[in-house]
Amino acid sequence: MSLHVDEMTGLAGRTGFLTEAGARRIEAALLPLAALVAGMAVFALFLALLGKSPAEFYALVFKAGFGTAFSWTNTLTRAAPLLLAALCVALPARLGLVIIGGEGAIVLGGVAAGAVAMLMPGLPASVGIALMALAGMAVGGFWIGAVGALRHLRGVNETISSLLMAYIAIALMNHLIEGPLRDPASLNKPSTAPLPEAWRIGEMPGIGVHWGLAFGILACILAFVLIERTTVGFAARIVGGNVRAAEIQGLPAGTLAIGFTALGGAFAGLAGMVEVAAIHGSANASLAAGYGYTGILIAFLARHNGLAIIPAAILFAGIEASSGLVQRRMDLPDATVLVLEGMVFIAILLSDTLQGRIRFLAFLERRLR
Amino acid sequence: MRVPAEHHQIPPRAIGVETIGMTMRFGAFTALNDVSLKIEAGAFHVLLGENGAGKSTLVKCMMGFYRPTAGQMAVEGREVEVPDPRAAHDLGLGMVYQHFTLVPSLTAAENLVISRADVPARIDWKSERAALAAFMETMPFSVPLDVPVGRLAAGEKQKLELLKQLYLGRRFLILDEPTSVLTPAEADELLGMVRGLTTAGELTCLMISHKFREVTAFADAVSVLRRGEHVGGGKVADLSTAEMAAMMIGEKELVRPAARVAMNGAPVLTVTAAKAPDRSGLKTIAIDDLHVRAGEVVGIAGISGNGQMELMEILSGQRPLAAGDVQVCGTPFRATRGEMRALNVRTLPEEPLRNACAPKMSVAENIFFRDFDFAGGKGKFWLDRRRMAALAARLIGEYKVKTASPDTPIAALSGGNVQRAVLARELSGKVDLLLIANPCFGLDFSAVAEIRARIMAARNQGAAVLLISEDLDEILELSDRILVMSDGAIVFETPAAGADIGEIGKHMAGHH
Repeated sequence: MSLHVDEMTGLAGRTGFLTEAGARRIEAALLPLAALVAGMAVFALFLALLGKSPAEFYALVFKAGFGTAFSWTNTLTRAAPLLLAALCVALPARLGLVIIGGEGAIVLGGVAAGAVAMLMPGLPASVGIALMALAGMAVGGFWIGAVGALRHLRGVNETISSLLMAYIAIALMNHLIEGPLRDPASLNKPSTAPLPEAWRIGEMPGIGVHWGLAFGILACILAFVLIERTTVGFAARIVGGNVRAAEIQGLPAGTLAIGFTALGGAFAGLAGMVEVAAIHGSANASLAAGYGYTGILIAFLARHNGLAIIPAAILFAGIEASSGLVQRRMDLPDATVLVLEGMVFIAILLSDTLQGRIRFLAFLERRLR
Repeated sequence: MRVPAEHHQIPPRAIGVETIGMTMRFGAFTALNDVSLKIEAGAFHVLLGENGAGKSTLVKCMMGFYRPTAGQMAVEGREVEVPDPRAAHDLGLGMVYQHFTLVPSLTAAENLVISRADVPARIDWKSERAALAAFMETMPFSVPLDVPVGRLAAGEKQKLELLKQLYLGRRFLILDEPTSVLTPAEADELLGMVRGLTTAGELTCLMISHKFREVTAFADAVSVLRRGEHVGGGKVADLSTAEMAAMMIGEKELVRPAARVAMNGAPVLTVTAAKAPDRSGLKTIAIDDLHVRAGEVVGIAGISGNGQMELMEILSGQRPLAAGDVQVCGTPFRATRGEMRALNVRTLPEEPLRNACAPKMSVAENIFFRDFDFAGGKGKFWLDRRRMAALAARLIGEYKVKTASPDTPIAALSGGNVQRAVLARELSGKVDLLLIANPCFGLDFSAVAEIRARIMAARNQGAAVLLISEDLDEILELSDRILVMSDGAIVFETPAAGADIGEIGKHMAGHH
């Protein structure tokens, strides 16, 4: 950089066609996309080694996930809980907390919703649905908020404790649905009593997908606005950026950590409620379907940005929706898509370390100076 | 004439070491300039100097951690090369660090055995234990061998560090402030043992220290470094502590106090009978009475690690008090955001990029940290990005922060510009109390002058300023009143006008 000092002073933010902030946004979008492609390429190699055709695989994924109106309905239905589960990772991540136990909040949120329906079946449907949602969010928020509190008050590693608490949550769910909350009529698959028919969350008109998708998208938008456009979100980003600087500024780092983990947990709890009220019709072991873990991947792919979670969640919903078809057509085990997800995840984690180091992006930056 | 280290036989007694014209440059900066020292066999030699005088650089060159730009080493009168620490070890040179290097979960015996260079893949513990017992017989002191080291007291651990060096056959030991984590009684015991070994001709010792008390009680010779140069030394018996302090600090008359207007303000910050544990948890920080008036700079001098950073943490609300209280303008102060805003308290911690900024956030966002949630007397819920941009534009211009754009991550700026951006944030608006730690550490000359001028300007507008600094020049230039902190307490106070440098130096070194 041989520029005269005065040119560097002040507000030379805009030169030519791109601002510096714009270039950074392009980098932020390109890196995870490149990682996604790289992960898929490595997986293609893996398939080729197994003697399967990568082209056929990706064509099938596209067909099953996004090829027809029916597959879109299937994909979007799966996307609803993923959107909410990803927020459980993304919101705490903005404060520098890595929460990987959203699954626990999902199953307990679902059980709480089932319990409300079982204990108070006489309520009007609108009140019942609202109560189920509130109960799911409260339980999920408490569960993950406790992880934040353990971190703040006792210095317990939040990643480990959230994962272990997910195991506890699943065990607790099994205990409740096989014991105190079990509907005696559920014989093969222990469940809570079925929801009254009017309490089920119906489909949105025209697209055949339940209202949970709208909740999820709305939650993502709210999370984006909270983080990027409010002072609370700004304070959280300062804590995430440097907790010492936040403390010197007198910001309540601990309260923010507990608040954001609780909010993330509440969204995951809502995902559990949506699964009960829109899909299963009662709380049972199907709640532990791994949405919480896929949510981790989605949040990292979206770089913990609420708006970017929406396309990332739809993409992974499509990939997971294709698992059955891939299994039947290509004679691959249904865990195959999990291998793909794992490879993409590793590529994304690697891409984080490349930030600001790629030639092409350095060229973009040079254009600015 | 190079003696290949691997064929060098370490004699079973103390060895003499010499440096000849040792010079170390880092880029344009000369950390060490033509230093020649002679440490006689069996001497207890102390290396004195302020922070940044080049003591660590010198011993790192001697131990082979750095390759000096120029200069030579001689061991027992023969020139040797020390390209790496292993070569130094082969010559019988060893080092004990300020902090422990033992494995806490292993016992003393295990620590000793695994520290050997030739430890076999399968350790025959029976014979090792017998050998260790025989070795301990020959030592003038012992430590419990079968207790995990983590359970030993600090003094015992430092004794074990010393034993480890002897066990490894080292005959020339560098001790880098070995007593900084010890209580005075433990320190005396440890240094007494070293003294015994040197007197017996078993060991030669070069100790880095700031404490004159330890020098006069235990050492026989000193060498003083200042700004990378060997400025003096001699036999401890021939030197007074005042002479040593004068050598260490040098001619300070050149520093003239900055221009200032006379002020006679009311006390703004008052600390009374405050007590809190220090960072190690072993000692107590005790501030009996500290007050700073409006329009006054109170400088706190001291050698690093004497509780200054803990004091800063107490004042900025990061270290809870065990007793006593802190008041600002007569109201109790716990450094919450609301209190800081209401009382116009601003904090500039040391190393601003590490302690006062979010490195990946933009310059504009970092400048907005103090104001983002409050404007026009009201708390704000929505983030006003237009206000942020306007504030950043104004302050970047006023404080001449050199940045490609306000959207650049603050970590991309030079150290001086990071400090300018933080100053812009903290000094804009009305300031009643300013808490500062080492504001110019690592900055170039012009940035230093400008930043000090900003601090003086704040004082001249009526701010009470508490300046904690390890740079005595900075304290002398800016302060109206100087306090000296040593061992967690304020031990000396003097008006800056006509302050006696020797007195300050002696109190900094814990001799009072």
